Amino acid sequence: MRLTCPHCGERDRREFYYAGSAEQLQRPARDAGEGAWNDYLHNRDNPAGDTRDLWYHESGCGAWLVVSRNTVTHAIASIELAAEVKR
Amino acid sequence: MARLIATTPCGDLLPAAGGGAILTEAAAVDCYSVAPYKGMEKACSTALKKACGIALPEPNRTASNDGVRVIWSGQGRYLVMAADAPDIFAGIASVTDQSDANATIVLDGATARAILARLTPIDLRDSAMPVGATARSLIGHMSASITRIAADEYELMVMRSMAATLVHEVTESMRGLGARAAATGLGG
Amino acid sequence: MRIAGRGLYDQNRKVSFTFDGRKVEGVNGDTVASALLANDIRLVGRSFKYHRPRGILTAGSEEANALITVGRGAAAEPNLRATVQEVFDGLETRSQNRWPSLAVDALAVNDLMAPFFGAGFYYKTFMWPRKFWEGLYEPFIRRAAGLGALSGQHNEDHYERAFAHCDILVIGGGPAGLMAALTAARSGADVILADEDSRFGGRLLAETGTIDGLPGHQWAEGIVAELATMPNVRLMTRTTVTGAYDGGTFGALERVAQHLPRADHLPRECFWRIVAKRAVLCAGALERPVAFADNDRPGIMNAGAVRAYVNRWGVAPGREVAIFCNNDSAHDTARDLIAAGVRVAAVIDSRAEAPKSDDYRVIAGGVVTGTRGRQGLREIAVTQDGKESRIAADCLAVSGGWNPSVHLTCHMNGRPVWDATLLAFVPRPGSVPGLSTAGACNGRFATSDCLADGVEAAKVALSELGLKAADIAVPQAGAGDYRIEALWAVPGKRRAWLDFQNDVTVKDVRLAAQENFSSVEHMKRYTTQGMSPDQGKNSNVAALAVLADATGRGIPETGTTTYRPPFVPVPIAAMGAGAQGKGFAPQRFTTSHQASVDRHAPMIEAGLWYRPSYFPRPGETHWRQSCDREVTMVRKTVGICDVSTLGKIDIQGKDAAQFLDFVYTNTFSTLPVGRVRYGLMLREDGHVLDDGTTARLSDSHFVMTTTTAAAGLVMRHLEFVAQVLRPELDVQCVSVTEQWAQFGVAGPLSRDLLASLVDDPITDEALPYMGVTDVSVGGVAARLFRISFSGERAYEIAVPARYGQSLYRQLVAQAEVMGGGPYGMEALNVLRIEKGFITHAEIHGRTTAFDIGADRMVSRKKDCIGQAAAARPGLVDENREQLVGLKPVNPDAAVSAGAHLFRSADPATRVNDQGYVTSVCWSPTLTSNLALAFLKNGRARHGERVRLVDHLRKIETLCVVCDPQFLDPEGGRMRG
Repeated sequence: MRLTCPHCGERDRREFYYAGSAEQLQRPARDAGEGAWNDYLHNRDNPAGDTRDLWYHESGCGAWLVVSRNTVTHAIASIELAAEVKR
Repeated sequence: MARLIATTPCGDLLPAAGGGAILTEAAAVDCYSVAPYKGMEKACSTALKKACGIALPEPNRTASNDGVRVIWSGQGRYLVMAADAPDIFAGIASVTDQSDANATIVLDGATARAILARLTPIDLRDSAMPVGATARSLIGHMSASITRIAADEYELMVMRSMAATLVHEVTESMRGLGARAAATGLGG
Repeated sequence: MRIAGRGLYDQNRKVSFTFDGRKVEGVNGDTVASALLANDIRLVGRSFKYHRPRGILTAGSEEANALITVGRGAAAEPNLRATVQEVFDGLETRSQNRWPSLAVDALAVNDLMAPFFGAGFYYKTFMWPRKFWEGLYEPFIRRAAGLGALSGQHNEDHYERAFAHCDILVIGGGPAGLMAALTAARSGADVILADEDSRFGGRLLAETGTIDGLPGHQWAEGIVAELATMPNVRLMTRTTVTGAYDGGTFGALERVAQHLPRADHLPRECFWRIVAKRAVLCAGALERPVAFADNDRPGIMNAGAVRAYVNRWGVAPGREVAIFCNNDSAHDTARDLIAAGVRVAAVIDSRAEAPKSDDYRVIAGGVVTGTRGRQGLREIAVTQDGKESRIAADCLAVSGGWNPSVHLTCHMNGRPVWDATLLAFVPRPGSVPGLSTAGACNGRFATSDCLADGVEAAKVALSELGLKAADIAVPQAGAGDYRIEALWAVPGKRRAWLDFQNDVTVKDVRLAAQENFSSVEHMKRYTTQGMSPDQGKNSNVAALAVLADATGRGIPETGTTTYRPPFVPVPIAAMGAGAQGKGFAPQRFTTSHQASVDRHAPMIEAGLWYRPSYFPRPGETHWRQSCDREVTMVRKTVGICDVSTLGKIDIQGKDAAQFLDFVYTNTFSTLPVGRVRYGLMLREDGHVLDDGTTARLSDSHFVMTTTTAAAGLVMRHLEFVAQVLRPELDVQCVSVTEQWAQFGVAGPLSRDLLASLVDDPITDEALPYMGVTDVSVGGVAARLFRISFSGERAYEIAVPARYGQSLYRQLVAQAEVMGGGPYGMEALNVLRIEKGFITHAEIHGRTTAFDIGADRMVSRKKDCIGQAAAARPGLVDENREQLVGLKPVNPDAAVSAGAHLFRSADPATRVNDQGYVTSVCWSPTLTSNLALAFLKNGRARHGERVRLVDHLRKIETLCVVCDPQFLDPEGGRMRG
């Protein structure tokens, strides 16, 4: 598997750390209530198809990335800097 | 009163030769990690240009002038060597002394690229890694900085504590390649 | 038998090797298989299950029978294919799976028992009595069934791993691959051409057709010569591309020195990871046998292999060769044999309309219905028009048609397509992104088609890469017909083999279908067909054709099993190259490492770090003696400990304080410059992530310390918070773990010791407990922290790492003058347990701030990571297991980490579990064993007696629950 880091270019998967769903970008407010926090912490879709997740270019430039990919075809649609997605 | 004596990360492990290349430890140099404050990238570049005549390099690139070297070292950060970084970037960047943080070695020889291809997953071809290019990647299991400083010369940097492993990994590759060349005449 | 003057190799260049101890002479260029055949050695192995005598079936990596062990002792490598292994002077080879010898094999008795050994035999027979399985059945089956054996010794050989990158990877160097590579290379693309053979040419080396008027192999040499001069081309022979993976990544196994004597540091094999923007698969096709009665005798081989032995190696596999086929290609074998002067007894062609010949006898519409010759073929039985006749033959060349090598196109879930004309599976286009197919693997068998296909595939790849294809003429070559009629298995009562390697017969497949294992995947697992090292290359299509027949379905409906990497067996040693010994994981050494080793300190691994366990002094014979002395030394005088392994993170930026308030449960924005604060970090789910101290150096500059274990984890976490959760904050985090060598100086005399080494005076006013200040040591700028992990007055002094070794030696020397000295991890652990300080033994991922008694550290005045989740009722329940101290009623009674706690009256069973022990030590200070533990509602139970039970170590000790701070709970000692 290869990921194209916006800074470093195309790199081997072994340079990256996988951190799960990009839903982690949407951190609830501290008083959002149990339901919102429960969803944020625990509830995840398991799609056969398009998915978005977070990767960390740990042995590279240190950027956190949002990767949009397809779990069936393994095609990667886009890779963005998490810091810019959030803004 | 103490009198402190400095030692280098690789100590007596280097120099080494084999497989058509030589491996030496880079000379110690003042080295700072510079991370521009938010929105201050341009200001930092200008400050560096004014002080040393070079701008901050693009990602995966280096810049040098008159002994001062700058290596892009990751998202929003640079290694600035042989310049007074705390002064140059005062108030516009986080500056952190890293002069002692790394083990830095230089691999020099016609087979240097072939030796490195045994150690790192990055594309080392001229198209991806011309002279002056730098990459943050892996050497074996170690996070590393790899910089092509001349056609047949690479500067490799890992955490200081891993100096012995770095030397071991590179010299093992050198030996293997040397044995290969002796046996089959192919440099791979 | 060697045919003088034939073949591509100089027959005067003799090479001598051994097979089962017998000296065999071959020529340079031979494989073990060609050399054995040249010496009329036909029996080379025994089959897996029935121990049937077996010979050589093929001339390539797909070989199913001729598996050998190469080398001896620790260097022995089992299960290498004789058809791939090249000979060299001094090579030692042995046959496998036979005892006492190849010719006389005791377990051949299995063959006589064959009627009982059908598919599913083991499943049905060895089910009961159940207890017999481990002691009796399994060892017996393992001994009886099998391939070569491992040496059982450490593998001293060198292996290599390597990475390569290219624009176009061409897999296979036959006519299609050579033209694809040439087209791509002349167009300026970076090209890798890989072929598993020792030289390029593919089937051109085995056949006799011409290309542009030259013999095929000579034409190939010319192309290779041109490619070799081009700087944008990497030629890789003896390199099998073993798998296709995501993102244009391919695995490849290079046999670097399998054809050479061993030499120092010379890698045997290299496992390549090749990254290609485009790939062209030109893997050719593999011939498949036909199943008929007793079709596994030595001397029965694939027809294409016979042709290769004759034309490439100048070897006649027999003196009287019969040919059995259902297609045209085997007739070329007949013609080449005759041209080489070998007698062709007959060509038995199952097709009624078989091509006629004036040069050899054709038995049209005939089939082979039996064979004779226990250790080698003597005679075949042929049935034509219902009449059986016998023909003397010592070699039978069989062709059941050709299967395109579609394997790599299926490695990413692709399924091949059935071609009803070729009677074979062909690749489904687009199955692997970026990979196209050309030539025989694409179902185009004629050499002229292969050449054109290779050019075309390269042109498509080039245009996809935006490169202009060079003008290139497709060379002229023979077109050749390939007609085939279905024949998978000749009907008959005797056993007819499909999978030679796993001893699976037509009968077994039919039995599977009869027992309702009718899915091809179920049949495979029930019969083991296709599960051997050849992975069914010789048997899959025929087996599923037999299954299709038995289940009344067509072949396309029956489908194939899943093709998975690797295409050929890959030694684990090659995949894990470099990972033995020191290469297993990086070793991290502190600057004091040599000084500790000089003092004979045993080093223990802490993550990747190596840290001293204790420092033995003369007369100390047990670690506990050293440890007790070191603990007492710190409590009474002064001790030195390298703490550089703790993570140190430089945190700067105008929002640094706000950032720390968010990652720590407690508040850091209120921390004055020059002071240090203990901080607790939670995961977002409310459990403790890490703890440590953070010092404020200026308004916008902090230095955080993390535990050794979590340094990397915390750095990743901080970047996550800075980039993903709070990108609006202006903060930069840089690891300075390696920049500073940092040493703990602990004990009542610590200040005096430092005063004697540091340039500046050290006063409690200028540097109170939990303070930090800049100092200089011999003119070197240093940082001095006053923090304690021992409960004593203590400091940590940090200098740039280049001075670490020097400072450490001087600190230790000065400490020894004062009655102190260095202390190791064991003493460090005792000191912190006595004081009730936690480590990752306690914050092990399932404990909360509440559990460790730090609930009040979770500030409610601000948001922080983990705050919302930590407030969940279940995480602050009084009945949770809470951190406590335990003191055995009898101070010497054993305590152990991992033990569980029970009420003194309860039986020690799971339902009565009250908690568990995380850390234990002998405290020389309190002259008692001590333990830290988590106990249900423990903080309310101080003074209660509980039973500590370790079922594994057979320990049972009555303990008193107490405060985890066993020593100086008021902290007077460390505050000074």
